[in-house]
Amino acid sequence: MTPPPTLSPTVSTAPDLVAGFPFPFPNPTYRYTTNVEPARGVVTTPAGQWGAAVVDVDSAYGEELAERAAILERDPSRHAVLPHMQVACWDAMLCLMRELALSRPDAFALEVLDDLEGGSRAAYRWRNDLLGIDHTFVLGDASTLPDEPLRWITAQVQEDVVLLDERDGVLWGDAGVVTFAADWSFGFDVGMSFLEIHGPVPRIHAEGVITRAHEFIKRLQPNETYRRTNWTLTVHRRLDVSTETYPEWGPDRPMVLTVDDETFGRLVHLRTEVQHLVRLPESGAVMFLIRSYMLPFDELARVEEWRERAAAVIAELPEDMADYKGIATYRDRAAAWLRAQAPTP
Amino acid sequence: MSARIDLVVTAVDDAVPGIRSLTLGSPDGERLASFTPGSHLVLDVPAGEGRPRPAANAYSLTGESVDPRHYAISVLRCAPASEGGTAGGGSAWVHGLAVGDRVTATPPRSAFAPVHLATRHLLVGAGIGITPLLSHLRSHVRWGREAELVYLFRDGHGAHVDELKELGGDRVTFLADRAGLAEDLAVRLADQPIGTHLYTCGPAGFMDAVVALATELGWPSSRVHLEPFGVEALDPGEPFSVRVAGDDRVLDVPAGTSLLEALEDAGHVVPNLCRQGVCGECRVDVAPGSSPVLHRDLFLDEETKGAGDCLMACVSRAVPAADGRAHLEVTL
Repeated sequence: MTPPPTLSPTVSTAPDLVAGFPFPFPNPTYRYTTNVEPARGVVTTPAGQWGAAVVDVDSAYGEELAERAAILERDPSRHAVLPHMQVACWDAMLCLMRELALSRPDAFALEVLDDLEGGSRAAYRWRNDLLGIDHTFVLGDASTLPDEPLRWITAQVQEDVVLLDERDGVLWGDAGVVTFAADWSFGFDVGMSFLEIHGPVPRIHAEGVITRAHEFIKRLQPNETYRRTNWTLTVHRRLDVSTETYPEWGPDRPMVLTVDDETFGRLVHLRTEVQHLVRLPESGAVMFLIRSYMLPFDELARVEEWRERAAAVIAELPEDMADYKGIATYRDRAAAWLRAQAPTP
Repeated sequence: MSARIDLVVTAVDDAVPGIRSLTLGSPDGERLASFTPGSHLVLDVPAGEGRPRPAANAYSLTGESVDPRHYAISVLRCAPASEGGTAGGGSAWVHGLAVGDRVTATPPRSAFAPVHLATRHLLVGAGIGITPLLSHLRSHVRWGREAELVYLFRDGHGAHVDELKELGGDRVTFLADRAGLAEDLAVRLADQPIGTHLYTCGPAGFMDAVVALATELGWPSSRVHLEPFGVEALDPGEPFSVRVAGDDRVLDVPAGTSLLEALEDAGHVVPNLCRQGVCGECRVDVAPGSSPVLHRDLFLDEETKGAGDCLMACVSRAVPAADGRAHLEVTL
């Protein structure tokens, strides 16, 4: 028997990350659907609740922002803005600031300092007390910001951001900051259409899921905000499982089959993406926010309804979907592990 | 039913004959939601004074789009049926509003947004069709984009002339007659840098002429954008029948009655807004076994119209099939 591989230090899960975990399985089986709903609806769970905020700030704020900064430092291709998307970036920045202020009025505030008239540009004051920022800027004047607007504001939110431009009846992923991609590459996808980006996903094309989603998004009116969830499993609490870093995390998938049960429960995480779609007002671009939440199986299993439902969904998941999600090698063990945690009668 | 916002009339400007400019604020004085240049509000028009049913009219927003203190619209008064005209009475109602009156409307809706990939924006408007182009120009000026605007109006009847001049300076050209426009446009359309997009708004005949000229000069349709304005009264159409899935009754839709009205009269609830084939709210699925559809809306694209599996109930109708029967099977 080979010794277990060296493990990264375990990050203990703060209580708010369990209570606010967006458990992604409303049904006993999982299939791709056009599962969009109006944003801000609060969902109560056996552990607490989630969903009130479009931009959610929790106790992992500092840690996740530090991780994003480090990833961008190592790999600047995680940030890309095609030239025609500059207005959309300003738009996204204002929208994220407003959402932060709505979520946490105690810590964030955006104030319009003067009125716009006749094509002029307004000044705003932005406060982020969590990061000690108090900054005045002029809309559209890049010299009044410390960084490109999208990169500056994504250094202040835990969400990844993709901005979609709409033209010729098609949505194009033409800007974004994505540091926590789950098995995809923003640098590869930037400039592709929405339909091209989703090309590799099995089943969704034949079933019309993606064309329906595309039509739905195109009908979004200014400021309208919808959300959906997506999920996968990740070994380690590793936010950056992008294609670029595959050599680092790819071996975890077979590795996790070799560890003991206690380690397995600590290493394997259910990863939920809460995705928001916002039609930005000034540019008409669609802002796609992806917030990744991770809960280790040993925490998940303490909530009996979650344990039972997750075991059923993972066991039943069709092979092609498991394969696409990258969990085919260990999904059987994951389901068996969860089932084995059933409380003894 | 779409969400509505409450607004209060904060100013009325009747300086241009036949055109009323209204500013609408939030009742609590708060700032209003930002909107996409080219967006419109759909105002709820109550029944009364020759209007048998409540209506909803779309008006382009002309004012500031970023964190605005108010929404501004400009409305041309069109003679309603009670005065021998063909309009529905919505504009006459707007012309009767006073400061302090409360109105309800949809939040701003966007159907005529500037294309950001364009290298240059050529805006061509006529009459009251200037309204969405004004907010386009404001946005282009703010963001330093290449833009020029041509505005055709009858002398003394131009809306927002001073504002356009102040905003756009020599990027704005005013013209007073159709012949001059054709000459001017022929030169302009032939001499634009690669990547220019054309946006036009005004009466249908005017837009047809602009589009025809652009097409003749080789402009691809993907570079030409229209905002239909002042949707003209449609032909009353031929009678047909309709059956709603799950309801055994076969309903008659007489000439002059829309499918939407017939469905409502029979007690069905169909979400709707503009009732003029523009907004896209009253889309109804059409099932097999139906006669061909005469699509008269401006919302569905040609491909969808060709598929024949849905229609906009406010303006579109069935036409007789080979068997002479005009009948629709619909799902609400």
